[in-house]
Amino acid sequence: MKKELTGIYTVWLRDIKRYLRDKPRIIGSFAQPILFLFVLGTGIASSFSVFGSGGGKDFLNFMFPGIVGMTVLFTSFFSAMSIVWDREFGFLREILVAPVSRTSIVIGKLLGGSTIAMVQGSIILLFGPLLGIPINFFIFFKVVGIMFLIAMTISNMGIMLASVIKSMQAFQVITNFLLMPMFFLSGALFPLNQTVEWMNIVSRINPLSYGIDAMRFALLNNPSLQLYPLWLDITVLVFLIVVLSITGTFLFNRQD
Amino acid sequence: MGDTNTGKDYSGENMIEVKNLVKEFKGLRAIDNISFSVKEDEIFGFLGPNGAGKTTTINIICTLLSKTSGSITLNGYDVSKERNKIRNCIGMVFQDPSLDDKLTALENLYFHGLLYNMPRVTLKKRAEEVLDMVNLTGRENSLVMTYSGGMRRRLEIARGLLHYPKVLFLDEPTLGLDPQTRNKIWDYIIKLKKNRKITIFLTSHYMEETEICDRIAVIDRGKIIALDSPENLKNTIGGDIITLTSEDNVKLRKYVKGINGIEVHDTKGDKIRFEVKDSSRFIPRLIKDSPVKILSITARKPTLNDVFLELTGREIREESVSSKDNMRMRMRRRMRH
Repeated sequence: MKKELTGIYTVWLRDIKRYLRDKPRIIGSFAQPILFLFVLGTGIASSFSVFGSGGGKDFLNFMFPGIVGMTVLFTSFFSAMSIVWDREFGFLREILVAPVSRTSIVIGKLLGGSTIAMVQGSIILLFGPLLGIPINFFIFFKVVGIMFLIAMTISNMGIMLASVIKSMQAFQVITNFLLMPMFFLSGALFPLNQTVEWMNIVSRINPLSYGIDAMRFALLNNPSLQLYPLWLDITVLVFLIVVLSITGTFLFNRQD
Repeated sequence: MGDTNTGKDYSGENMIEVKNLVKEFKGLRAIDNISFSVKEDEIFGFLGPNGAGKTTTINIICTLLSKTSGSITLNGYDVSKERNKIRNCIGMVFQDPSLDDKLTALENLYFHGLLYNMPRVTLKKRAEEVLDMVNLTGRENSLVMTYSGGMRRRLEIARGLLHYPKVLFLDEPTLGLDPQTRNKIWDYIIKLKKNRKITIFLTSHYMEETEICDRIAVIDRGKIIALDSPENLKNTIGGDIITLTSEDNVKLRKYVKGINGIEVHDTKGDKIRFEVKDSSRFIPRLIKDSPVKILSITARKPTLNDVFLELTGREIREESVSSKDNMRMRMRRRMRH
């Protein structure tokens, strides 16, 4: 048992050390959210005055939880998918021949990716007050909890996919055909309850839309912007984490 | 044998025992019913071209791949039932780089030690020891990113030895390194073997390199086609190898074939190749008596390359490469230099 815990800790610690040492990655991780929030967001917000109806400021506020969610999404997904090349050309191979169970490796990887995603997301939270969104200790606590749920869901998905796909090309395909649509149809950038019917339906089977919905609840607490009740959001995410982690561990355990 | 890695009721002298191993990938036979054993404390080599099944066999023995059928024991443990026990007593140096280059050398060793559940005090002492063994002391706190290809390989060997394994696997340990560095790596391996009791299982497609082995299995297309000491393997070739070119190869071939007991091999290009017992006596005679003018002639002692050629009719060559192999080679170049 102690051996397995050490294994989990080792896999986790490696991810954290790599992250902290990767200054360009930390700095670069600001770039995308800032671009989305202050360039795309401000641009779209100002278009409201062209097409009538005010509410530009409200739009930026609406988008903010989406950007926090986006940061968590991309960070945890890429962290889990790093398995694909780490298995061929990296330290993961080394971990795979060590006397540590595959399950512990999966848990370590999940926690590592989630921790980094939560740190990255928290950094984006610092921009909240700039937009007039108050962040106190209580809100921060709630947001971190939801970030954890999103990160675990997405990391599990990433590990599951990484266990199945073996090539870098397939990884690109997944990024384009799964990750981006998931993000665009999550309600992160625009409200989903006012759009066309098919989008509404797709968003219901998109795990991320529940995460973004919960995030919006924690940060804005505005019932008119909610898609689902909070209990539903959390139930869906917890359910997914359980199901995906069982499938993911099974797939990762499978030997060729 | 006095440490904790001793097998349960293991008493024979074979460290690894492979029986009727078969591995199929989507119906394709990569390993075709091979059997062999590796003795305790010997250097055992797998020699064969790329794609012959060397790495696949190693990956199955070290629990990374499942087998289709057959049985394997290592140190008395069954490879499919007692994976963790096997993992505990093997050290691996993979064909592809497997260091974390964003970590320092010491951190790489430290993480390895944690995974093998080594107590911190032992780990620290042992890390210094193995770093010293491969002459990396003083560089242990540099990021692996800043290491040269040879240094990385040495660090991987050090790491493979960290947890006192009973068997060290070296899969193409010199692949992608320049000849000078390659020689140095072998020096380390030979030195290592002298200083402690350990079984070494290595693969290579460089003939000269496998000559340090006690025994070699020549493997081709998933089958072991010969297994013996390098000396005995070379002795299967009767004497010296003569290669020559002449003004009329067809005529000369006929002539040479007519000399008692000489078999002429088919060789590519305009060369004729055959073996004779004693080349120093044969050559002057041939030049004197030959019906056609001989343009060039060389004689040399047989190498393992000749053994392979003799056994398969082909030279060990680079197989055609898939896109995955291409990616591999690019990564190797990037990481080794």
